[in-house]
Parts: sequence; structure tokens; C-alpha cells
Amino acid sequence: MATTETPKTTAQTTDTPRGLIALPQGIARVLIAVGAVGTIASTFMSWTYTSDFPGDLTYYGSPAGLQILALVAGALTLLYALTLWHVRGLNWLNPASAVAPVALAAASAFAVCWFSAIAIAVDLEGLIALDPGAYIAAIFSLAALLGALALPQPGDTPKSYLAKPENIPTAAKLPEWVERLVITAATAAALIVFAYGIGVDPDASETFLGYILLIVFGTWALFTAGLFDRISVLNARHKGFATSMAFLAAALFPFVENDEHNSNLGVNILVVATVALGLNIVVGLTGLLDLGYVAFLGVGAYAAALVSGSEFSRFSGVQFPFWAAMLTGMLASLVFGVLIGAPTLRLRGDYLAIVTLGFGEIFRITVNNLDGTSGPNITNGPNGISMIPDLEIFGFNFGTAHNIGSITIGRFANYFLLMLIITAIVVVVFTRAADSRIGRSWIAIREDETAATAMGINGFRVKLIAFALGASLAGLAGTVSAHVGYSVNPAPYQFAGSVPPNSAFLLAAVVLGGMGTVSGPILGATLLYLLPEKLGFLKEYQLFAFGIALVILMRFRPEGIIANRRRQLEFHDTGQLDIPESGLPDTTVGVTKAGA
Amino acid sequence: MTTTTATSPVLEATGVTMRFGGLTAVRGVDLTVNSGEIVGLIGPNGAGKTTFFNCLTGLYVPTEGRVAYKGTVLPPKPHLVTSAGIARTFQNIRLFANMTVLENVLVGRHTRTKEGLWSALLRGPGFRKAEAASRERAMELLEFIGLAHKADHLSRNLPYGEQRKLEIARAMASDPGLLLLDEPTAGMNPQETRATEELVFAIRDRGIAVLVIEHDMRFIFNLSDRVACLVQGQKLVEGTSDIVQNDERVIAAYLGTPFEGAPGSEEAAEVEAAEAAEAQGTTSTEGPAQ
Repeated sequence: MATTETPKTTAQTTDTPRGLIALPQGIARVLIAVGAVGTIASTFMSWTYTSDFPGDLTYYGSPAGLQILALVAGALTLLYALTLWHVRGLNWLNPASAVAPVALAAASAFAVCWFSAIAIAVDLEGLIALDPGAYIAAIFSLAALLGALALPQPGDTPKSYLAKPENIPTAAKLPEWVERLVITAATAAALIVFAYGIGVDPDASETFLGYILLIVFGTWALFTAGLFDRISVLNARHKGFATSMAFLAAALFPFVENDEHNSNLGVNILVVATVALGLNIVVGLTGLLDLGYVAFLGVGAYAAALVSGSEFSRFSGVQFPFWAAMLTGMLASLVFGVLIGAPTLRLRGDYLAIVTLGFGEIFRITVNNLDGTSGPNITNGPNGISMIPDLEIFGFNFGTAHNIGSITIGRFANYFLLMLIITAIVVVVFTRAADSRIGRSWIAIREDETAATAMGINGFRVKLIAFALGASLAGLAGTVSAHVGYSVNPAPYQFAGSVPPNSAFLLAAVVLGGMGTVSGPILGATLLYLLPEKLGFLKEYQLFAFGIALVILMRFRPEGIIANRRRQLEFHDTGQLDIPESGLPDTTVGVTKAGA
Repeated sequence: MTTTTATSPVLEATGVTMRFGGLTAVRGVDLTVNSGEIVGLIGPNGAGKTTFFNCLTGLYVPTEGRVAYKGTVLPPKPHLVTSAGIARTFQNIRLFANMTVLENVLVGRHTRTKEGLWSALLRGPGFRKAEAASRERAMELLEFIGLAHKADHLSRNLPYGEQRKLEIARAMASDPGLLLLDEPTAGMNPQETRATEELVFAIRDRGIAVLVIEHDMRFIFNLSDRVACLVQGQKLVEGTSDIVQNDERVIAAYLGTPFEGAPGSEEAAEVEAAEAAEAQGTTSTEGPAQ
């Protein structure tokens, strides 16, 4: 009897998916829910006694700073814990009833709470600085995490707690207006999340780090739940609607975050994002590694500055109207792009990279030397051209604040809206060019230049078009950036530096965000611009942090944060056949357990 | 189509010579392909077949000689050769791996469409029309090679044999008068080889002349109207399958000739003598030892 029973039980134990922590499932679930509720409750208590800690976490009854983040993380954990019980109305959050999103949501709460507690202890005078609220947050968030780890392990290794399950059912087709509503809601949520991040006080690096932790784990949780896939399906189905919603949300930004400093941040982000998008044509679509791209931004900025009517300009009497200044900037960059491209584009790969790097530096050094002593005085040398007057369109001066309803739109907010229009134009140019005969030939050249020429593509010509288009888009952004920043000088237009618009930064934005996509470089530029801005303590370690971030990303997600459609297909394509919906493993386990 | 223009030459290569420094890879090769004809090009490894192909398609500029397509001398640029009407495939598959099957074929349409950047940005009715026409033509070609159902797959994910087919479809998308196939059956199993044979015949029936490089002798001799054999950069013999198949120089080039005092030649001679004694009336005196 015993001999016949033993193999059976061993078979059962190997079959039964177990958690990392041995706890009955029911208790695990309750533990998560209680942990989440406790975390939420703790955010209404004081975490530290002094308001010295950024965000002022001393109040009872009103969460602030990191507590808000903990509150959101706790709420997310609670919602996902409830999906394990198949609570009505919440199933859409976790269509596959997977463990991974629950674990990741709990991890987000844990990360935020423990980070806060540790930060308080480190910033102030040790553990004594922690109020009971912080202890409660730490204990309950840990409980939730332990509960999540006690859930049956979905795969063979503990890693599977973090992996997206394969058998996520596809969403049922909803009525058209519901789908649009979902897109609207998702866009609004994204706007709120983004505006919160940008609105974090620059001195409150701790809060911003907590925000990053929450974003990373939270989006990861939503991703493993399959919600991002569903949204991207919806976006693809209502492409025009989704794009216009995204731009509408961006246009609402100055109204939501009505503060000149943040609007300035917004403009600068849009400038680098637009330039990164232009670079994406060259690097992402055509596969030409351009290390001197920032020079084109510089050419555009200088061209606009020279015809702006500034008294420091060589042509101070000349003041072009807005549209003419933009065209001048674009044309100057275009000419410069063709001049650089024509001799260099015969090279391939690394050689091209080195030569473009050289040309980029040539621009900066030339501008530095055209100061009247080393060469003819055109650019005013290292002093640059300052006091660039504000743009004026049809009598609308961008320098003065305007009132729309009860909301004041300040100088930077004006420029933000202008830049947003330019970004929209660049997005349209990018998408239309990419999905056409010329775009296909760019991609073909990136994939295999020899085969592309054998298919009748004039490689040089097509590459030059890509180069020139990328350059003129950067020039366009440059014209606005010159006016936004009041002045231009040669210093920022270098290969690598600690101030954002430099070639290495732009390239990093493209690679980090996802080459060949529209949203990738925009997201990449946003992240790379915002992180150093909000994390004041990084300062001189910025480039170092960049490097580490890139290495980590290349190790774990080489396709960038936002994967290209092709790359997505690549992952998608491996399972051509629809995987049959596997019978619920959880319930069968329950049955065998009950039977045993 | 085949009968009416059977005599007009599509491709005329005269005295094509390609030197890389001191090495002469192709030496004075003449080759003519008539319309509606399938011509095979064989030769041992390193004979210069692919180099000759590259000379024809403008990837290399021949040191000497001229290549003419339908009477006009071809410019030595690959993209101009393609737009003139010669399309090719590659020995080692060179698809655009991260593009879909359909997009690969659409790239092949490049020379037959004109829409530039401006029309792509403005998206006028002309652009839409041209794009729709390209797509239709591409789908038709995919139908032809039997890959229409996989139009949205990434080409890298196709099985090997289908990648070869797709390369042919991509080349055909440029509406060529002459198709150059560089080892189209390399690495294929017998069934796939037979299917490729059918495909090449079907291509010929569409009025496209075909020049094939191949090592699979059965394939090439079944397929070709004429076969040329390159050895060490020179054309050894050209003619119908039978002539080339039985040419002693060709056999020697592939299998080698026995020479005086070669190791094993005595044994070979003994065997031969025995065979001669056994089957009387044999005329062969220097055939290779079997």
C-alpha cells in the first residue's frame, strides 16, 4: 500500500504549483488583501514627525508626496488581489487571472513604502524619525508581498512571478463608443500620471524616485496583465482617434500643470523629443548611425537667431516673420544636411558614425571661431546671440501671458502649444514617410543594403533623402528652441555633455525609447530629460547613470521600451497558431487537493 | 510570347573579364540568353559563377567586356540594372529579415513606382492609387508563389524553402525581362527542388527569361534549354543538356582527370582492364575510375 501511494504523492507535489513561501492559497490571498488595505490606511497617518522630509508626510488624514504614491500602489494591489477572487466587474484588470500582475502590484507597494521608510531614516536621524504610520506601511506592504509570493508559482523558476503569461485571452469586441471611451480614459490617466511626475518639486528627489518605482512596477504589472496589449490593439483600431486624443492630452498639459517652470520643462522636452523623432528617421528607419545630429538643431537655432532681429545678431536689422524664420531654419539645416551627407553617406556602419561625429564637432568649433578674431564675425563666437525677441504670429506675441477663461497661459505655455503643433507635424511626417515607398526603401537599406540596391533602390539617393529630412526636422525644432531660450551659443551642440541637447543624449533617447517607433523616442527623450531634472543629486553622475541605464536596458530589453511593430510581430509570430485556452490550472489544483 | 520572340536575345554578355588584383576570377566569358529561355550556369566551386552574376547585375564593374540587355549596354550600377529589367536572387538568402513578406515584395516594386517623399507626405489620390496598385501586384505575386496566406508574417520567420521562394517573388516584383537565380535550390530537399523546378517553368511561361546557377545537376539538366559550364573563370562548353552532360572536359572539371603515376592509378587501371575484359566492346580508355 505504502509503496503504491508514495509515487502518487510525489507526482502530486511536483504537479501542484507552489509558491515560494509555503502558505495555503486562501491565506495568501487574504494576506495580500489585508496588506493592501493596511498600506492604504497607513498613508492617512503620519510617517515622520518633521516637515523636513520632502513632501511633508506629517499629517494625519491627508496623504502627501510619497504617501500618495503608496496609496496608489496599495489601491492597485488591492484591486489585483480582488481579481484573484474573480470579483465581478474587475476581471478586465486581470483577464488571465495571472499571478504576475498581483505580485508586481504588491512589489510596487512594497518598493514605495520601504523606499520611503529607508529614505526617511537615511535623510533624518535614523529609525527614530519614523512615525508609526511608516512602520505600518512597511509591515503591511511586506505582508502583501509575502502573500503574493505565496501564490502558486506560475512557471518553473521564481522569475515567472515577473513574466507575462502566454495565454491571455483576447478582449471581446466592444461597441465603438466604448472603445473610444477606453482610449480616452487611458489617455487621461497617462496625462495625469505624467503631469504628476513633471509637477514633482525638483528638490524632492525622494518623491520622484518613489514615483519612478511606482511607475516601473505599476506599468510592469499592467503589462503582465495584458492591458497594454489590449490598449495597443484599440489604438491600432482607432488610430486617428487615439493620436488626436494623445495630442489633446498633451495640449491640456499647460492647463493641468499651470506653472511657468513646468511649462518650460514641457517645451524643452518637446524640443528634444521632436529632434529625437527626426533622428529616428536616420537611425531607426534607415539605420545610419549619426553621432553628430545635434549640429542640425544648432544650425536651425542659429539661422533663426540670425534673422530674429536680435541686436547681437550680425544681421540685426533683419527680422523675419515667424513662418519665414522657420523656413530659414529648416532650409539652412537641409543644406547643411546635404552638404554633410553627400560626402559621408558613401560610407557604411562605423565609418559613417565616426565621420558624422567629426562633422558635428566641426559645426560647434566653426561657430565658436566665427567671432571676428579667428574668422569673420557671423555668430559672435562663444558669446552666442542673445536677446532673441519673442515670436509673433498674427499679432499674437508669444512672450506675453494670455488668459483663456480663468487660466493664465504664460510665455512658456504659449511656446509649449506652438512646439506641440510642430511635434504633431513631425509625427505626421514621420508616420507618412515611414509607411510609403520611400520609407520601405529606408528600412530595406537598414536591413540589407546590397539586397536593397539589387532591388533597384538607389542607396545613396535614398539615404541622402533620409539624412536631409532628418536634418530639416531638427532645424525646425531648432528655430523654436532659439526663441524659447532667449539666446543661442555653441556650447550645448556637442557630442556628449551634461546638458540635454547633445548627440549622445538624442541617440540614447531613440535607442532607449525604441528605434523606428513614433512614441519610443518621445518617451525616451521625456524620460532622459526629466530624470536628471528631478533627481538633483545625480548632477555630475548624470552621464554615468545614462550609461548604466543603457547597459541595463540593452541587457533586458534590447528593442527599447516601446517595441517596434516589426519587433512585436517578431515575438508574436513565434506562436502562429492560437494557443488553445488552457483549462484553469488553479481550479484543477484545488480539486486534486480536495480529493487528496 | 515564347514562340514569337524566341530568337531575340535578352542578355548578351561579351568578353566579360573580372580581375581582382592579380586574380582573374572571370576571363572573357560570352553568354547569350534569348527571351523565353532557361539557361543554366554550372561549374565547380570557385569557378566564378557568382562573380559573373555580380558582373551582370552591376554589383561589380567588369574589368573588360560589355553586358547588354535587349541591345542596350547596361550601366554598372545595381539599381540601374534592376530598373533596366534584370532582377536577381542571392546565393545566401538576402531577404529584408525584419520586414513582412508583403513588404519584401513591395520593396521589389521600387523601380516600377515613382512616388517620392512629397507624395508620401501629402498623400494625394495618386499616391493612394499607386500604393493600392503596388499592393495588388505584390499580392498577386505572392499568390503565384503560394505565400499569400503568409503576407503579414515577418520574412525571418518563414521556413527556408519559403524564404527562397519569397526572394524569387521579390525579384519578380520589378517586372524583369530576365531573372537571375543564384543557386535557388541550395539546401532544399528533393520535393522542394521539384517544386522550384515547376516554379521556374511557370516563371518562364510568364515570358521571363531565366539564368540559373546551380550545383544540383539533375535539376539543372531537367530545367535548362541550354547549359554553360564555367571552369576557372572560363567558359568551357555551352550547349543543350545532353552535350554538356556528356562532355569529357566537364566531367573532368568536376571529378578530375587521372594523371600519370597518380596514387591508385595502377589499381584503377587493373579494375578497368577487368571491366573491359568482362564487358567486351567498350571503347572508353580514360574514363574516370568508378
